[in-house]
Amino acid sequence: MEMFDLIAVMAKILFVIAISLGVIPFLVWFERRGSAWMQGRVGPNRIGPFGLLQTTADVIKFVCKEDFVPKNANKFFYHMAPTVALVAPLCAMAVIPFGSYLVLGDHTVNLQIANMNTGVIFILAFAGLEVYPIILAGWASNNKYSVLGALRGSAQIVSYEIAMGLALLSMLVVYGSFNPHEMVAWQNETIFGFLPRWGAFVNPIGALVFWIAIFAETNRLPFDLPEGESEIVAGYHLEYGGMKFAAFFMAEYVAMIMASGLISTIYFGGYGFLPGMQTILNLATEYFSLGVAGVQNVKALLEFTSFFSKVSFFMFVFVWVRWTLPRFRFDQLMDLGWKILFPLSLINLILVTLGVYFLN
Amino acid sequence: MGTVNISRKYTATQKTYLWAIFIGMKITFKRLLQGFFLRKNNTIQYPEERRDYSQRFRGMHFISVDKNKTENCTACYLCQTVCPAECIHIIADERDEDNNPDGVKKEKRPLSFDIDALRCCFCGFCEEACPKDAIKLSRNYELAVTTRDDAIYDLDFLKRDVKGRG
Repeated sequence: MEMFDLIAVMAKILFVIAISLGVIPFLVWFERRGSAWMQGRVGPNRIGPFGLLQTTADVIKFVCKEDFVPKNANKFFYHMAPTVALVAPLCAMAVIPFGSYLVLGDHTVNLQIANMNTGVIFILAFAGLEVYPIILAGWASNNKYSVLGALRGSAQIVSYEIAMGLALLSMLVVYGSFNPHEMVAWQNETIFGFLPRWGAFVNPIGALVFWIAIFAETNRLPFDLPEGESEIVAGYHLEYGGMKFAAFFMAEYVAMIMASGLISTIYFGGYGFLPGMQTILNLATEYFSLGVAGVQNVKALLEFTSFFSKVSFFMFVFVWVRWTLPRFRFDQLMDLGWKILFPLSLINLILVTLGVYFLN
Repeated sequence: MGTVNISRKYTATQKTYLWAIFIGMKITFKRLLQGFFLRKNNTIQYPEERRDYSQRFRGMHFISVDKNKTENCTACYLCQTVCPAECIHIIADERDEDNNPDGVKKEKRPLSFDIDALRCCFCGFCEEACPKDAIKLSRNYELAVTTRDDAIYDLDFLKRDVKGRG
């Protein structure tokens, strides 16, 4: 590996981690202020302008807190759980592309940490790991509420992973590739001349099932059964305090960012241009009279903006849904997962497969 | 008796949930915009703003005083007797005859008058029982203290020159 590639990869890793961890304070702020606006409250507004530094104060509080371990906890797994929780979604972020490529001198930098042909499988593997911290934390804490949370978490994942996987499979049939870059390139066309050929327009049922499934995947309301504040106190992270709780808290948001990135890449055109961005690119090219490399760099910047706004939209929907819908009961969740989403995604997969077979 | 199962007929739209979810999301989005742009909220910013409670609110106790700053209480023990929480403790004493302009009206005085606010249930029975309108409940609802001893109000703390309900 050349020195340039090494530095480029390091820079990309730093960039992705900095962005995904750096927006968490703002997301937490928005979660609290946004929910307050929806409920006719004010929300945190004392610390800093508009209460923006509230999360900073929270972090200082978390750091200053006692590092507590329950007496009968399994120490190794107890400490492992928050680490896995934070690392798994960050790893999955490695294969989500946030732009096509940059041109620096005579080098091109692919705007994706690891460009692999099995990209989606890699994401699924690490997204599937997200249930392990729940089980580990619940079991290692040696607390009955934590164990209940862990059991709920595992049962939930079992009933949702299948529907999610089948919804994803129907899209893989359409794209014929596991590589996120090729998926985005496929979606960059238009259908009927005006509608972007996004996965969600080609395969709406798959998009809906996948969208519902990522709520369960990230343990957000209406599927936050492992946490269930009103029933099992805090579920799996009940026995965690200080920075270890903060790690779980951050992990939830990183998982949300990862899931938003995944759904925008697979169903909503990824880093492909939003309508109107081509015009901006053309204008910029004319105005600054850019060369080929310059055009590509501006294009990559616009692509990143497009991807970022899509992810932001899905993050907003996460918060929006959380403060709208109540939690599902356990049997209702099982009903929804096994009796509705699973058959729906299976039928959808068969229809999509037949459609692809006969149209090509 | 046992469980009563009520079955309802749901239409296809109701069974899919999605339309109902859409309506719910529309409402919360409307509230979000109202909260963000119009700053519409029902919050009372507590230390700066206070809620105006009714005149009949039963808050912290006080013992009213007359124009000579002498407490109206004559240690009749009616409040201590009626108190359901048994939080009033009075020790009676005779008032100094030379220093008593009210004469026979205030021959007795409380040597000590303690109210254990941690036991008090703020029922207001003491106020109703009092023949001299001495013990009253004010509208002050900020009863927080830093030690448990501070929550036991003595006579000096309770004696206040307050108009009406305070």
